[in-house]
Amino acid sequence: MSDNHKELDEATGVHTTGHEWDGIKELNNPLPKWWLYSFYACIVWGIGYMIAYPAWPLLDGYTKGMLGYSQRAVVMSEVALAKKAQSKFRDELAKTSIEKIKTKPELLRFAMAGGKAAFGDNCAPCHGRGAQGSKGYPNLNDDDWLWGGKITDIQYTIRHGIRAADEDTRSNDMPKFGVEELLEPAQINEAAEYVLSLSGKSKDAAAAAKGKVIFEEQCAACHGDNGQGLQEMGGPTLRDAIWLYGRSKADVVKSIETGRGGIMPAWATRLDEVTIKSLAVYVHSLGGGT
Amino acid sequence: MNHDFFEKNSIVLLIGILVAVSIGGIVQIAPLFWVSSTIEKVQGMRPYSPLELLGRGIYIREGCYLCHSQMIRTLRDEVERYGHYSLAAESMYDHPFQWGSKRTGPDLARVGGKYSNQWHREHLINPRAVVPESIMPGYPFLAKTKLDYSDIAARMKTLRLTGVPYTDSQIKAAKADVEAQVDDPDSRGGEALMKRYPKANIGNFDGDGKKLSELDALVAYLQMLGTLVDFTKFDASGPNLR
Repeated sequence: MSDNHKELDEATGVHTTGHEWDGIKELNNPLPKWWLYSFYACIVWGIGYMIAYPAWPLLDGYTKGMLGYSQRAVVMSEVALAKKAQSKFRDELAKTSIEKIKTKPELLRFAMAGGKAAFGDNCAPCHGRGAQGSKGYPNLNDDDWLWGGKITDIQYTIRHGIRAADEDTRSNDMPKFGVEELLEPAQINEAAEYVLSLSGKSKDAAAAAKGKVIFEEQCAACHGDNGQGLQEMGGPTLRDAIWLYGRSKADVVKSIETGRGGIMPAWATRLDEVTIKSLAVYVHSLGGGT
Repeated sequence: MNHDFFEKNSIVLLIGILVAVSIGGIVQIAPLFWVSSTIEKVQGMRPYSPLELLGRGIYIREGCYLCHSQMIRTLRDEVERYGHYSLAAESMYDHPFQWGSKRTGPDLARVGGKYSNQWHREHLINPRAVVPESIMPGYPFLAKTKLDYSDIAARMKTLRLTGVPYTDSQIKAAKADVEAQVDDPDSRGGEALMKRYPKANIGNFDGDGKKLSELDALVAYLQMLGTLVDFTKFDASGPNLR
């Protein structure tokens, strides 16, 4: 199997390589030219690439390449460029008081678009893609605002969250009347009947009348004398048809027994002020009040 | 060239193949062990607390990595959606790392603190309960399964072999720390835990104060992802520019 076994194959007119196994011989066809030159071109490209870009590890560090390319520098400049392209609006948004944004149509459009995008990335998992909310996560389209629906209230809530790890967070703590045995089960039943009676759903007027006394002692401080709600305490109104944790008797009893209190993270540490402002504008447009 | 020698001696051929393949490995992998710029110098990184470590084990056991990556790439859309790009330092105590490139679900590198414990609980039990359009399977059994942490000290010792700097006192307190992380933060155990593992979240992760469930561990793990490094002290230029 050495070179001196090379011979011309008559059927194809091509020389053999000289390799032979059990009478089977190998033809020495040349590589296709296009393939061969592509291969050489790749080698040349590879060498050029190693010179231009970071490539070889060294004892400490690595060759940086002539172009000084850095993925991290690229992404930082891309982000900076994108911000710069928007700077006309971003700067104005930063300067303009949040209540005045709606008087400037162009700025409002920018804030709404940015707010909607940020809402999808950050808020939708809890509040829903259409801000429709679900049990335990407030609907932002309606007129019920636990902590205030003015645009400045919304901005504050986004910044500092609710019961969040933030010094200025909004917070209250509904007692667990059942779990901590602050009320007897019968009393909880009566209080629940009274609460249901506020929206005309009670089926036991006698219990509701007894519950009124309990309500005034235990609940009115946060929910208001007539259950109308107190936004400064974060106490929801109990008189309408909107119920964060359900409006069936069982749901109301459970709320009284276990207390309620969802957590919304503080976003000031995650999002910049312009994004928070845009979010507040967007959320306010959904169902915010004056 | 005469390659009869390789072709006729299978052992020699095998050794030849090994040598050829090793060159690639040596050039690409070996330098990572000595090149000091591989891992950025950052403040705030610490090994996982025992409960977080158990949660990580459940994350891997349930195959969460098949749909979720934990690596924010240096691309504008990722940085704008998820936050600061991931650093090598952030996964230096991960064995194995959870970077990945398969994203059926969103990246989780900075999911810590983004949602409430309650949300994680409801979402893991039935994702459709909070995100109607979600295609993630539910994991309702996690809340019902008691957390097995009998082998936590052994797990930490094993990780120590790979270079995770768990101290003897951390390993000794492992079981107590598991329990302390779902207890009252002001308790003595809670304070000791915070000293050993700064920035740890202490709380009742699964909403059931009586039982230490697998859900507790998984949520504790998810709630700390990407929260450790102090980015106000991270120098994004200079040697970290790569």
